[in-house]
Amino acid sequence: MAKRQKNTSLFQKELVNGALKQSFVKLDPRILWHNPVMFTVEIGTLVMTIVTANILINHDKTQGSFLYNLVITLILFLTVLFANFAEALAEARGKAQADSLRKTREETPAKKVTPLGEMYVDEITIVNSSTLQKGDVFLCEAGDIIPIDGEIIEGLASIDESAITGESAPVIRESGGDKSSVTGGTKVLSDKIKVRVTASSGESFLDKMIALVEGASRQKTPNEIALTILLAGFTLVFIIVCVTLKPFGDYAQTPITIAAFVSLFVCLIPTTIGGLLSAIGIAGMDRALRANVITKSGKAVETAGDIDTLLLDKTGTITIGNRKATNFYPAPGIEESLFIQNCLIASFADETPEGKSIVALAKEKNVTVPSGFDIKKVTLINFTAETRSSGINLPDGKQIRKGAVDAIKRIAIDAGNTFPDETGEKVKHISSNGGTPLVVSENKKVIGVIELQDIIKPGIKERFERLRKMGIKTVMVTGDNPLTAKYIAEKAGVDDFIAEAKPEDKMAYIRAEQAQGKLVAMMGDGTNDAPALAQADVGVAMNSGTQAAKEAGNMVDLDNDPTKLIEIVEIGKQLLMTRGTLTTFSIANDVAKYFAIVPALFIVTIPSLRALNIMGLNSPESAILAAVIFNAIIIPLLIPLALRGVEYKPIGASALLRRNLLIYGLGGIIIPFIGIKLIDMALALFM
Amino acid sequence: MNTEIIGIVVTYCITILLAIPLGRYIAKVFAGEKVWTDFLKPFERLIYRLSGIDPTEEMSWKGHMKAMLTISSLWLIYAFFALIFQDKLPLNPDHNPGQTPDLAFNTAISFLVNCNVQDYSGESGVTYFTQLFVLMFLHFVSAASAIAAMMVVYKGMKEKSVTTLGNFWNYFVKSITRFLLPGAILVAVILVFNGTPASYKGKDTIITMQGDTTQVSRGPAAAMIAIKHLGTNGGGWFGANSAHPFECPNYLTYMLEMIAQVVIPIALIFALGFYIKNKKFAYVIFAVMTIGMFMFLIPTLQAEIKGNPAISHMGISPSNTAMEGKEVRFGVPATAYWSTVTTIISTGSANGAHDSYMPMTTAMQLMAMMVNCFYGGCGAGFLNYYIFIIIAVFISGLMVGRTPEFMGHKVEAKEMKIASIAALLHPFLILSFTALASYILVYHPDIHWAFQPKNWLGNPGYHGFSEMLYQNTSVAANNGSAMGGLTANNVFWNVTTGIILLFSRFIPIIGPVAIAGIMAQKKFIPESAGTLKTDTGTFGLMTWAVIIIIAALAFFPALALGPLAEFFSMK
Repeated sequence: MAKRQKNTSLFQKELVNGALKQSFVKLDPRILWHNPVMFTVEIGTLVMTIVTANILINHDKTQGSFLYNLVITLILFLTVLFANFAEALAEARGKAQADSLRKTREETPAKKVTPLGEMYVDEITIVNSSTLQKGDVFLCEAGDIIPIDGEIIEGLASIDESAITGESAPVIRESGGDKSSVTGGTKVLSDKIKVRVTASSGESFLDKMIALVEGASRQKTPNEIALTILLAGFTLVFIIVCVTLKPFGDYAQTPITIAAFVSLFVCLIPTTIGGLLSAIGIAGMDRALRANVITKSGKAVETAGDIDTLLLDKTGTITIGNRKATNFYPAPGIEESLFIQNCLIASFADETPEGKSIVALAKEKNVTVPSGFDIKKVTLINFTAETRSSGINLPDGKQIRKGAVDAIKRIAIDAGNTFPDETGEKVKHISSNGGTPLVVSENKKVIGVIELQDIIKPGIKERFERLRKMGIKTVMVTGDNPLTAKYIAEKAGVDDFIAEAKPEDKMAYIRAEQAQGKLVAMMGDGTNDAPALAQADVGVAMNSGTQAAKEAGNMVDLDNDPTKLIEIVEIGKQLLMTRGTLTTFSIANDVAKYFAIVPALFIVTIPSLRALNIMGLNSPESAILAAVIFNAIIIPLLIPLALRGVEYKPIGASALLRRNLLIYGLGGIIIPFIGIKLIDMALALFM
Repeated sequence: MNTEIIGIVVTYCITILLAIPLGRYIAKVFAGEKVWTDFLKPFERLIYRLSGIDPTEEMSWKGHMKAMLTISSLWLIYAFFALIFQDKLPLNPDHNPGQTPDLAFNTAISFLVNCNVQDYSGESGVTYFTQLFVLMFLHFVSAASAIAAMMVVYKGMKEKSVTTLGNFWNYFVKSITRFLLPGAILVAVILVFNGTPASYKGKDTIITMQGDTTQVSRGPAAAMIAIKHLGTNGGGWFGANSAHPFECPNYLTYMLEMIAQVVIPIALIFALGFYIKNKKFAYVIFAVMTIGMFMFLIPTLQAEIKGNPAISHMGISPSNTAMEGKEVRFGVPATAYWSTVTTIISTGSANGAHDSYMPMTTAMQLMAMMVNCFYGGCGAGFLNYYIFIIIAVFISGLMVGRTPEFMGHKVEAKEMKIASIAALLHPFLILSFTALASYILVYHPDIHWAFQPKNWLGNPGYHGFSEMLYQNTSVAANNGSAMGGLTANNVFWNVTTGIILLFSRFIPIIGPVAIAGIMAQKKFIPESAGTLKTDTGTFGLMTWAVIIIIAALAFFPALALGPLAEFFSMK
């Protein structure tokens, strides 16, 4: 699968065309009914259409000129269209993003295994991955691209997942256990595996998400419902205002045209936020998808904004998965330079980052390979999950091994050698300083230990600081012993840690936090993680994880990138903030619209109210037109903001509120004054 | 003029100085802490025993509201029949007649709901018995029941996660025994010593300076005038309300009554700070309310001191300002200050003729009642403000990137539904009933009613519109002041305002109590650095903006056709 291009352009031609078409489809009152604000605008448009038609047919003179009414009708119609367009565009973008993900998979050929009789015979047919069904079994050999997500049922393989993770180091996936899941689009590097399809093409999480975005199964989130209620409340207030204005006008002997009533109403109700509300929600899911995260519901994105506690795995999140050699500690009686030389020889052909770092450190210490060492004549022993060690066999029969403490200890003891106490002490010392000991043996005799240090990711400390300012507590989860864990936690700047963590510990921690009323997010991959993923308020399963983990979480991260949690939280906050700021903006706009329309309504019969025309608008008709035009065009103008989201700055809640109030509150009051005045000036040229 | 302004400033400062310790005291009373009035406990126990009440029984928010509505309906029935049959009851030395059913309906509801719009005149429309045992009684209990409801909300804000919020009767009885009654006694005694009558004798006959013989109404008035202010009721003993020299004999009693009517609403805000142990939160609310008050007071003073341009146009020097309809003994600023205070809080007592104020003042008085929460009535003011807090929390909570929460509880769809209805109700009642009146006036002025609509208005044009708008606004805000000029004692106005009264009292009480009760049941969320802080100036500004924008947006066209049109026409 090719690395997906991240489209930053909002208005791509084909998306816009599709969205335009959808804007008309969405005019269907049965669809629009779900958006009470825009629904009332549609009714207003209908009323104006009747009025305009009446003028044309019956030559009604009381409602103003035909052209004026026609223009008002058209602008109202455009207002509804713009709102529909915003929603359709958000849908189209999300869908396009998801489609591009899906397409790369569908085009992959798959080696389907067909069972014959009672036994699985390797009857292999090449099919398109899109035809695979849940439960089908396919085969993958070295060099094959895995066609679809599945679970290994037989075999073990090293897999290159760089296409989705960007990480070049291959990973081992094997049947049984937590590493049995494979992702479509990744490449098998070695061995052969049999994989059972976990979700039919069309029923994967991705497909479910596409359905969410497309609207068919999209449900309003709780917060969206609450906001819709508030907006409906505002709409009702303005229905009352406009309806009662009729008898008020009669009392003041001021005839008010239907066009003026409808315009006043449409301008006052919060059309801006009403028109953009669902687009904002869809865009939130879309932004998650752009970050390669599949969300199972819109609510999950919203909840992410509320997260108080983040559980982060140490490896991959806080530290780079690779460790680096920092020290050589020879066992008693072993000469240091000789020990380093042996380490160098053992790692000479080791392509792992750890191996390379050992070579580099040896060079720093001015140790070189002995003369006569020829890499072609040696036998390399690769690291395996069973031996947990690697090394080299020299032509002279010398065997050097390096590996985990237990592994080398077993080799030594099995051969009747002892494990030196001093080396044991060193091992403890290294662990307590956050390091990993790598014990080295020569001919099954322990000769010393190499200290590998975890490398804390550059910039991660700043990210944690940012999270702290957001009010989020970070918790590091690690299998390390408490000493190591504490050391790394302090160095990385996390607030708390769980050492020697078992899945139950995570669960217990989440429960304890939740009991205090906090919302917890975590990331996990193993089947063991599934209960905790389900318990967490936001559970992000890695795509490489087991099916159980993916089912339990409410998001799936395609990149298997543990730092993604931080991004997800920001996406959630952005989503909520965009809703809040645009609501504020929308309501603040009403002030200027009032000062445009109210004088226009009464100025003819009550000339003294001219004083309220503080913008100095040209005529009552141009004032009303300017207000409705502004009201309509502000929607498309704000589409980019709605889709991209308001930028989140971790500057503390009060400062953030001040900032947003200033920009969207004060701005919302001032901008329409300028906008309406400019439109009025432009209209004056024609009227 | 400076002396008069200083008089206002001193009065206001004394109010604040009294309100702070009173607030601390009230907080202690309701928190059940030790206070010096604990000697009244046996008296309270007697009340509970006589009524068969267990004051320790914990009630849910629904239980509270059931208690309030039950007792309120009993009071309503009692008041209605007592007013109709008052001529057959004792203590009627002036032989005043019983009220007509529509007037009794209006009066009973009006006093029950702490509005006290008076379509009758105190001297002739009621008897000493109904004044004391119906109207004054309702002065106490209506204030106390709103305070009790407010305490339910306070308790909901204080607690982390509970289903019950104290006992309604406990809050109710303590409100009366611990501050309304002692305060009223104190105020009444001062009034009596300054010349307010406290006599059961009927009308007195005096000979005026011109030598005419005239009859002067009196009665046990001091007690009622005390609680009418303390309880932010406003229903006076005499028809002229506090403009009557018996109700307010001198400047000292002016200051006393000004302080009495606003001290409890302010003290209740301070009490919130002490009670929930977040004084800053209360100070921010106090600041918003105070700014709101000055926003209305300053244009009022300016308009009244500047005088009437129409008179200046006639060539008469406006140096003596707009004296028409003012309390001439205390001057224009003192009367103007009273008019602002009486409209921001829901007292509605008056010492000037609201019909005679400048149009800008009318606009300010209307706005004050449309907002109805800058201090606001006893208990009710904060309950109204609470709705705006919820709306402000919802919008600003989103703006900081979290789903909204207030005092550790999430604000969700259900709360927004209730808050929207509560916020919607006020404009709905005011605008739709004014629209109904306008409609009848325009299209059926000669309808065959005993009192024809064409005779309603004392003034035509914008001013007449203001009068109708004022009547409905005053009633919807449970204020009870009348602009005058509108003849309101007829079936149409008695019935329509009676309907407004019922809705505008109980829904704005039940709404906040329901929200507080529902939220208190939710899981408590501890505060973090990402939580919206509600005890900051920024949030105060947000609440202020929400209040102004909702009120301004809903009422701007109506105000434009009434006082604003008149204001601009006078220039």
